[in-house]
Amino acid sequence: MTFRGKILSGTLIIGFFLGILFWGGFNWTLELTNTLTFCISCHEMRDNVYPEYQNTIHYSNRTGVRAECPDCHVPKEWIYKIKRKIEASRELYHKLVGTVDTPEKFEAYRLTMALSEWKRMKSVDSRECRNCHDYESMDFVEQGRRAVKAHSKGLEEGKTCIDCHKGIAHQLPAGWEEAAAKAGL
Amino acid sequence: MKKIILLVVLLAAVALNAEELKSLRGEHPLDSVPPPPEKKIWAKDGETIPRNYVQQPPLIPHKITGYQINLKYNKCLSCHGWKHYKESGATKISLTHFKDREGNELSDVSPRRYFCTQCHVPQANAKPLVENTFKPVDSIKE
Ligand code: HEC
Ligand code: HEC
Ligand code: HEC
Ligand code: HEC
Ligand code: HEC
Repeated sequence: MTFRGKILSGTLIIGFFLGILFWGGFNWTLELTNTLTFCISCHEMRDNVYPEYQNTIHYSNRTGVRAECPDCHVPKEWIYKIKRKIEASRELYHKLVGTVDTPEKFEAYRLTMALSEWKRMKSVDSRECRNCHDYESMDFVEQGRRAVKAHSKGLEEGKTCIDCHKGIAHQLPAGWEEAAAKAGL
Repeated sequence: MKKIILLVVLLAAVALNAEELKSLRGEHPLDSVPPPPEKKIWAKDGETIPRNYVQQPPLIPHKITGYQINLKYNKCLSCHGWKHYKESGATKISLTHFKDREGNELSDVSPRRYFCTQCHVPQANAKPLVENTFKPVDSIKE
C-alpha cells in the first residue's frame, strides 16, 4: 500500500470508530433524555404534573404495564423523535426564563401547553396512544357499556383517542372546554 | 346489702354491654392499627339501577375511578350536562340540581350540587355494614 493509501485507510478506520462513538453517544443521550427520571428531574414537572399522573391508571394498574412521560409525549419512530427533540429546545428556553417555575405560573400557562399537546396529538391521529392501544385488538366484549358505544360510534365518525380522552394523565385546567372547542380540538 | 347487689348488677350489665359494644371499626384496641379491610372492587358499567324510594339520588351504574371533580372541572357534567347528554346517552342532570338553597333557580348547576359523589355513589362488592329490611314502595317499581 502506498503512503497515501495508508493515511486514507487509517482515516477511514478512525472515522468509522469515531462515527460509532458519536452515533452511539448521540443515541445514548437521546435515550437518557427519554425517561421518566429525566422528565421529573426538573421541579416544574416533579411538583406539578407528576403527582397527578401518579394517581392515574397509566402509573399503576392491575397488570403493571406503565405508560411513562415519553411514551405519550415523544414519538417512537426515529425521525419524529428527532423532530420532537429539536422542538424541545423551545422548552429549554422557557426553563431558562422560568415561564412555569412556580405552581401558580404553571397553572396559568397550563391551558396553553395542553392546547399545544392536543393539537400535536390530533395532528398525528393520537399515534402515541395507538402505539400501545390498538383499536383493532380492542375486545369490545370486555369493555364497559359506555366505552363500547362511544368507540364504535366515535371511531367510525373519524374521531381520534384524544378527542374524547383529554385529561387522561393530568388534571384539566379551568375553561379548557371552551378553549378546545374554539381551537377545533 | 342492697347497695352491693345493685353494684354487682350494674357491673354485670356494664360487662355484658361491653361485649356488645362494637364500633364499625370492630373491637380492635385503639392503640394499634387493625388489619386493613379487604379491597373493594368497583362494579363494571351496567344498566341503570332501580331506585328504592322517591327522592333517592340514583346510584351510579358505572365506574368513576379517576374522574376529576374539582374547582376547575367536573367530568360528570361532560356526559350528564344538558349540553352533552344526548351525544353521550347519559341521563340528563336533574332540574332540581339548578336550585340553590334559598330556592332560586340558577342558570347552571348549583354549588350545593356540584360535588356529585356527595350523594351519588358507584357500587362495589361490599356487604352492608348494618343489616336492614328496607323494601321499596310499589309505586316506583319498574
Ligand atoms: C406505554 C403504553 C401506553 C400508552 C402510550 C398509552 N396507554 Fe393507555 N393504558 C395503558 C395500560 C397498560 C393501561 C391499563 C390497562 C389495565 O390494566 O386495565 C391503559 C389504560 C387506559 C385507559 C383506561 C382507563 C381506565 O380507567 O380504565 C384509557 C382510557 C387509556 N389508557 C387511554 C390512553 C390514551 C388516550 C393514550 C394517549 C394519550 C394512552 N392511553 C397511551 C398503556 C398505554
Ligand atoms: C367518541 C369518543 C371516544 C373516542 C374517539 C375514543 N374513546 Fe375510549 N372511551 C370513551 C368513553 C366514553 C369510554 C368509557 C368511559 C370512561 O372510561 O371514562 C372510553 C373508555 C376507554 C377505555 C377503557 C375501556 C374499558 O371499558 O375498560 C380505553 C382503554 C380507551 N377508551 C381507549 C381509547 C383509545 C386508545 C382510543 C383511540 C384509538 C379511544 N379510546 C377513542 C370514548 C372515546
Ligand atoms: C397516558 C399518556 C400521558 C402520560 C403517561 C403523560 N402525559 Fe403529559 N399529557 C398527556 C396529554 C393527553 C396532555 C394534554 C393535556 C391533557 O389532556 O391533560 C398532556 C399534557 C402535559 C403537559 C402540559 C400541561 C398540562 O397539564 O396540560 C405537561 C407539562 C406534561 N403533560 C408532562 C408530563 C410528564 C412530566 C409526564 C410524566 C410524569 C407525563 N406528562 C405523562 C398525556 C400523558
Ligand atoms: C363518559 C360519560 C359519562 C361520565 C363521565 C359519567 N357518566 Fe354517569 N352515566 C353515563 C351513562 C351513559 C349513563 C346511563 C347508563 C345506561 O343507561 O346504560 C350514566 C348513568 C348515571 C347515573 C344513573 C342515572 C339513573 O337515572 O339511574 C348516575 C347517578 C350517574 N351516571 C352519575 C354520574 C356521576 C356522579 C359521574 C361523575 C363522577 C358520572 N356519572 C360520569 C355516562 C357518564
Ligand atoms: C345533595 C345531593 C345531590 C348532589 C350533590 C347531586 N345530586 Fe343528582 N340527584 C340527587 C337526588 C336526590 C336525585 C333524585 C331526585 C331529583 O331528581 O332531584 C338526583 C337525580 C339525579 C339524576 C337523575 C335525573 C333524572 O332525570 O332521573 C342525575 C343524572 C343526577 N342526579 C346527576 C347528578 C350529577 C351529574 C351531579 C353533580 C354535578 C349531581 N347529580 C349532584 C341528589 C344529588
